[in-house]
Formats: sequence, structure tokens, C-alpha cells
Amino acid sequence: MINAATKPALLMALLGLAACAQPAPQSAAPVVDPYANTGGGAVFQGNVATGSLGNQATAEYFRSEVGDTVLFAADQTTLDADARAILARQAQWLNSHGGFQAVVQGHAEETGTREYNLALGARRASAVQEYLVAEGVSPGRIRTLSFGKERPAATCSDESCWSRNRRAVTVVSEAGPGA
Amino acid sequence: MFRPLILASTFLTAGLAATVLPVMPAHAQDEPLRIEITDGVIEPMSIAIPAFHGDEEVAAKVRQVVADDLTGTGLFSEIPAEAQVARPGSFAEPVSYEDWRAVDAQALVTAEVRQMGENISVRFRLFDVISGQPQGDGMQFDARAADWRRAAHKIADQVYARLTGERPYFDSRIAFVQETGPKSARIKRIGVMDYDGKNTLWMTNGASLVLAPKFSPDGTKILYTSYDSGFPQIRLLDVATVTSRALTQDAQAMSFSPSFGPKGQSIVYSREQGGNTDIWLMAPNTGAGRPLTDAPSIETSPSFSPDGQRIVFESDRSGSPQLYIMGVDGGEPVRISFGDGRYGSPVWSPKGDMIAFTKQVGDRFHIGIMRTDGSGEKMLTESFLDEGPTWAPNGRVVMFTRVTPGGNGQPRLHSVDITGRNMRPMNLDFAASDPSWGPLMQ
Repeated sequence: MINAATKPALLMALLGLAACAQPAPQSAAPVVDPYANTGGGAVFQGNVATGSLGNQATAEYFRSEVGDTVLFAADQTTLDADARAILARQAQWLNSHGGFQAVVQGHAEETGTREYNLALGARRASAVQEYLVAEGVSPGRIRTLSFGKERPAATCSDESCWSRNRRAVTVVSEAGPGA
Repeated sequence: MFRPLILASTFLTAGLAATVLPVMPAHAQDEPLRIEITDGVIEPMSIAIPAFHGDEEVAAKVRQVVADDLTGTGLFSEIPAEAQVARPGSFAEPVSYEDWRAVDAQALVTAEVRQMGENISVRFRLFDVISGQPQGDGMQFDARAADWRRAAHKIADQVYARLTGERPYFDSRIAFVQETGPKSARIKRIGVMDYDGKNTLWMTNGASLVLAPKFSPDGTKILYTSYDSGFPQIRLLDVATVTSRALTQDAQAMSFSPSFGPKGQSIVYSREQGGNTDIWLMAPNTGAGRPLTDAPSIETSPSFSPDGQRIVFESDRSGSPQLYIMGVDGGEPVRISFGDGRYGSPVWSPKGDMIAFTKQVGDRFHIGIMRTDGSGEKMLTESFLDEGPTWAPNGRVVMFTRVTPGGNGQPRLHSVDITGRNMRPMNLDFAASDPSWGPLMQ
């Protein structure tokens, strides 16, 4: 669980870190992208010239460049420093891409019963949601669900795989009309 | 002393009708032949099931199912046909007990199977060879020819019940999840099959991820968790029409792990909101739910007691998953599991006396049973991953999912007697998980 007392200080520190890790936004000129949904009042500040994918306003950019996955210790829902750094970047991206919504999928390793792992995955997804909201993302833009142990990222049956399956994955998509 | 054919009871479903046959001339029975099922080492009762009379082809099929049902319990050993010296010339001919004693048979089943167009008629008798007399009335089952397996299960159920003193369970069905595709993207669909893995019917098409079907007490409905809306919600399936409807659709809450109360009038389930999972109670007709627990911990896997008064569930409120019992109106739960390890997926026995559960100790999983006060804990199995027990309708056998490790690991259904003996994999040609054992069919 996130410790509420220490969170603000951590957030400040992490925001600084994340800002350093990201290429600095150049200007406030909106990117004109025929595929981006700008109807929701979103202003995209990314630079199409930077980053391997060019256009930052895509789910693929979020997945591969921002980082969509955070990992957890066995049976834990605490966000460690690595996870918080990734989530700070996710929040920053979401805050600058208001036309996108997010679904946070919680997962668990195969050990443990199906039902407990569904509940554990939900806790993990919720921990991520809380963090993103604390970083300024509107709660209405984030839904959570749990896949429990149903969708492992890695399929071997030892810690090398289990550690990759104890995860929460943020999946972004452009908000549909009326959303 | 003969008496006329009497309609003893009617087995309405699938057109199975039972009739009591004329009683064979017999002495009064004071001590019926009986195999006691205890925790001690057991010597299977030797039983002779000579070729059934009547129409040869269908008679042979019915006989094989009766023999498989009985020997599959581990409680009976069948006398091989080669060893048998005597076979009556007809179903009505008196039994020569001496001949059966000579091959060490303790019990003898004789039967006649007649096919008349679309229907079959099966008559059987059970004999106590040792004391030389019939054990119970002969019976006749009339069924559609297509239901010949059910007629065979009914005979085996009669034999099992008379020889063990327990309620039978062969004429019952299992709801389960079939698993295909790679481990990282399993395709799951719900099926229903006979208890022995035959006559599979598919209830969902695999398009949506589905989990943990649970039979209603009358076997006509199935509760399950479906991701068809993109988010886990509970659906109710009608087995006869293979149609389903959503029972929960709150976009802000995940609902899962449903199971029926004993009369099918209420449903307990897990509902998650804001990361916290509690136990809820719902009336299936209205869909209106209310919470039974209100704790920041995980509460899941609820299961009703057969009298409908209590609910056993799993909670990690103590720091690790353990088993608790509460009243049907909620209230302060009582913890019943205290051993080393993590406990989950408790299921109340249909007899009411035991709870089966999953237990993880270190990196090994067990299916175990304990009394409802937590005493008498006993592990029945051990493997890399065993989980999700379900009780046979008579409370004597538990079926569960065993998963093999690795990237090519597969789930298989297994069953085990509550003595811990007679562990058997189900003979299926596909991978399957999450069994739910339905009621004895009428």
C-alpha cells in the first residue's frame, strides 16, 4: 500500500527524476495528427521529431517508450521506487494526452488460488490507479480490472517468470465519442 | 412369496423410470453385506458382474459402465470373466451361490437389458453371495436408448448404496472449464459432462474468458465469472437452453467467485471496489446485492453450509489467507484454520460435516479436508499446484484441478476419496479446470 504520509515528498522527487528521463518538450505548438482525437480538448505537447516512434500520442508510444508495466514483490501490492518512476511517467503522459483513457490490469503469479489471485490483482491495479490519480490524472479516466493468474506474461514455473507476472499493466486507448 | 411389480419411485429426468422387481425367494436379512469405508487399510470387496442377459450389444455396454463405476471407487474388485465358472442361463434362473463362492465372489450383480426401438429396459438384482440371499429388491429402469449410460449409472448407484450404506453419486454431472491455447492466452469455455467424463455438452463458445462455473443445487443452472463485457462479472446460465444473462453489471465493481445457497434462492460472491474485495449476498431474481463483510482485507471464495445458515470463506485479515465461518447475515467471522500455510477455496460438504480446501505450504499445494470447527485437518493430495475442490453429492469423493508446471503445463481434473486413497485423473482428451460437481440426478 502507498504510505499516505510520505507520498507527497516522493512524488516531488519522482517528478524531478521523470522530467530528467524524458526528452524535454519543445514548444507548446499542438501536434497535428489525423489519427489523434483532439475533440476532447487535448493538447499534445510531444515532439514528433523525437522518440523512436515519432508520434507520442499513440498507445504504442505509451507502451514501448513511457512504460506500461510495473512489477510487485510476491503477494505484495506496494509500489517500489522503480514502479513509482514508471507511474510518474505514465501520469505525465496521461496528463498531456487528455484524449486517452486508461485501463489498469492487475495480474498475479500462478501460485495461489484463482479467486485470491483475482482479488490480489485488483489490489495491485487499484494501487496503480491511486498513484496516477495522486499525480493529477482524473479518476474518471482510469478503470481497473484484475486478470488474477489468467494472463501470465511469462510462462515458466519459477521465480524468473513469476516475478514478471506479478504486475500491473496500464493500457491506454483513445476515448470514444461522447466519452 | 411374489408380489406384483410396484412403481417404487419415478426418475423423471431424461425419461428414466424405476420399478421394483418381484422379490426373489429369500430369507429374512438381518446383517446385509456391507463394505465399511474407514480410514484404515481397505480390502476391496470382490464383486462378480457376469455378462448381462438380453440384447447382447447394449447389454455389454451397460455392464461395462456398471463395472467401471464400481471398480472406479477403489472399494470393489471385479472377478474377471475368465475366473467365473457359472453364469445363469437366464436372468430369472436361481443363483447358484456355491459356484460364486468358489471364485471368492462376495457380491453378485445380475441384469438383463432389452432394447425396444427407441427405449431400453434394464433389470438388475444384487446378491450377497456369502450369506446366499438377495440384497434388496430387484429393480427395473426404463429409459430412452440414448440414455443407456444413465441407466447403467442408476444400477451402479443402487449397488454402491446397498453395499456401502452411503448415498450414491454415479448418476451426476460435472461443470468445468476446458482450456486450450498457450498458457499466456488461454481460451476457456464451460462444459458439462457426466461424472465419468462422458457426454460433454458445451455451454460457452470460448470467445470470452470464463472462470469457475458452479452448479445450482438442482443442477439446472450454472453461475460463472465472465469477461465478456471486458470486466469480470457474474453470469447465470440455463443448462437446458444454453442461454445466459448477466447478474452483475456495475461498471465500477468487479464481481466474481459466485456460488449458490442450498435452495438456489441466494448467491454469495466476491465484489471488488477500489481494490478491496468483500463477500456479498444476492437474490438471483432481482440481482440486488448487499455486503456481508466490510473489511479492508481480501474476502473471497464463499461457500454455503448445506443448511443455508452459515458461510465459509477465505480472508487474509490476519496477514495470510485463512478460512473463516460467519452467519448468513454476516457478523463477526470465526477463524477455523490455524495450520502452517495459506488456505483458500473452501467448500462445505453436502453432508455438512466437513470442509474441503486448498492449502499452500512452502511451494507445494494440497487439497485437504477439516471438520467445520477446524479440527481433524487432513491432507488428501500434494503437488506443484492442486486447487479448487468440489464435493461429490454424497460427500465421499472430492474432485479438483491439478496443474503441471512449466510453459507447457496443463490443468487436469482429478478425484480422490476423502480417506486420501484412490487418487485418479479424469480420463479426458482435453485439459480442464475448475470442476463443480452437480447433484445426483432424479
